[in-house]
Amino acid sequence: MTQTPAPLKRTPLRDVHVKAGAKMVPFGGWDMPVQYTGIIEEHRCVRSAVGLFDISHMGEFEVRGPGALGAVQRVTSNDASTLATGQVQYSLLCYPEGGIVDDLTLYRLADQHYMLTVNASNIDKDWEWVTEHGKGADWKNVSAETGLLAVQGPKAEGLVQRLADTDVTRVPYYHFVKGGVAGVPCVISRTGYTGEDGFELYAPAERLESLWNALMEGGKSDGIQPIGLGARDTLRLEMKFALYGNDIDETTSPLEAGLGWVVKPAKGDFIGRAAIEKVRAAGVTRKLVGFEMAERAVARHGYRMSKDGAEVGVVTSGSFSPSLERCIGMGYLRADLAPAGTELDVDIRGQAHRARVAKTPFVPSKAKKS
Amino acid sequence: MANVPADLRYTKEHEWAKLEGDKARVGITAFAQEQLGDVVFVELPKVGAKVSAMKTFGVVESVKAVSDLFAPLTGEVVEINAELPKKPEVVNADPYGKGWMIVVKLANPKEWETLMSAADYEKLVAAAGH
Repeated sequence: MTQTPAPLKRTPLRDVHVKAGAKMVPFGGWDMPVQYTGIIEEHRCVRSAVGLFDISHMGEFEVRGPGALGAVQRVTSNDASTLATGQVQYSLLCYPEGGIVDDLTLYRLADQHYMLTVNASNIDKDWEWVTEHGKGADWKNVSAETGLLAVQGPKAEGLVQRLADTDVTRVPYYHFVKGGVAGVPCVISRTGYTGEDGFELYAPAERLESLWNALMEGGKSDGIQPIGLGARDTLRLEMKFALYGNDIDETTSPLEAGLGWVVKPAKGDFIGRAAIEKVRAAGVTRKLVGFEMAERAVARHGYRMSKDGAEVGVVTSGSFSPSLERCIGMGYLRADLAPAGTELDVDIRGQAHRARVAKTPFVPSKAKKS
Repeated sequence: MANVPADLRYTKEHEWAKLEGDKARVGITAFAQEQLGDVVFVELPKVGAKVSAMKTFGVVESVKAVSDLFAPLTGEVVEINAELPKKPEVVNADPYGKGWMIVVKLANPKEWETLMSAADYEKLVAAAGH
């Protein structure tokens, strides 16, 4: 018997990408553009001008009702009670054993109304998880009808402002407003995954193509380019942003991953709290670090890290950094070796290549913090 | 239209070979570099190393992925492109010219006839969706 793999899912813009000459690849069950002109060129376009990303593969769940806050507080690790309407929070879903179900951004849309944005490859798993463990509230999976574009780079704010019917310059980092962009109703969120200033625009799926076209047209004078998942990965790696499935997963503790800042045990009980507090009390034995290779050699997910011949860690992400023009990576390293400057080796196809623990982010963040 | 020079021979793994007397110059095809994307690292054997037909002789890495390089022909490496470790991007810019990788002194010149012609390689690339 043979099994036919499930057909790849498509965002509302799949044909637009193909027409633009994108190289399409399967990613988390989706048919997605990995690059249009080239990863390095696209990466530099975002760092120096503005880039447009279709990230509609991401999932969105809404939860509302008098029990909404309680449900969110039970399933997520950060303290949602501190969120004002119009504010966004980075957070985690955790297992009772303390590993990570997914990482997400949480939006307070209204008084008793929240939205969780989750990773594309985890939508089904997360949906089961939140509806099973977040009872007492009205959950709705709006992934299919919600499109999502990211506009990122130093020229993003100017571009979005020219097309918006509301003042987006006053939206602080990790806040949002509702407003029209090129006549399309959007949640305009000052967030991103690149380390640049910019916005993520949530819009109805059926209006996404006109929003995309308006941004491409309106951004021409800024040098806007469509950006694929390849550059999205190198951009986030330069910031040491974790990617679920690579750097964090059900076997990693938020504390090892450097995500202790989104775990708030003082808020009361939540799934995973007791296990994470146990790790906190005992101290972590390994830490997610960033490292730079001494030479041009790319460390990839799963490669071993060693020191004086002894195994001391494992690489979780690695690539060439277009900004630094050197090879960088992330990985879990024995905690006593985690300080910046530690010399170590990465085993690449049977050969030890020198690396050094780096200060992170590798490239300074330009996201607007105030 | 794929860029497949008529005077070269090819492997199904997307390497090209150019006969130069009793030697052959080797690189990867335009189609291969296009599929890989931006090349950031090339690992080549040392001069004097022995390579075997359709066995790996090195590695090419793009931003996204790592791929093995397969020797089209058996023999001894007599020259390597020493520029590539410093400027791997020439593999993208000029795969049949400055992006060459190694020169092999052929142990068995008859092997040349086992390689694919440009016409056959064009068909292979067309079947791959181009």
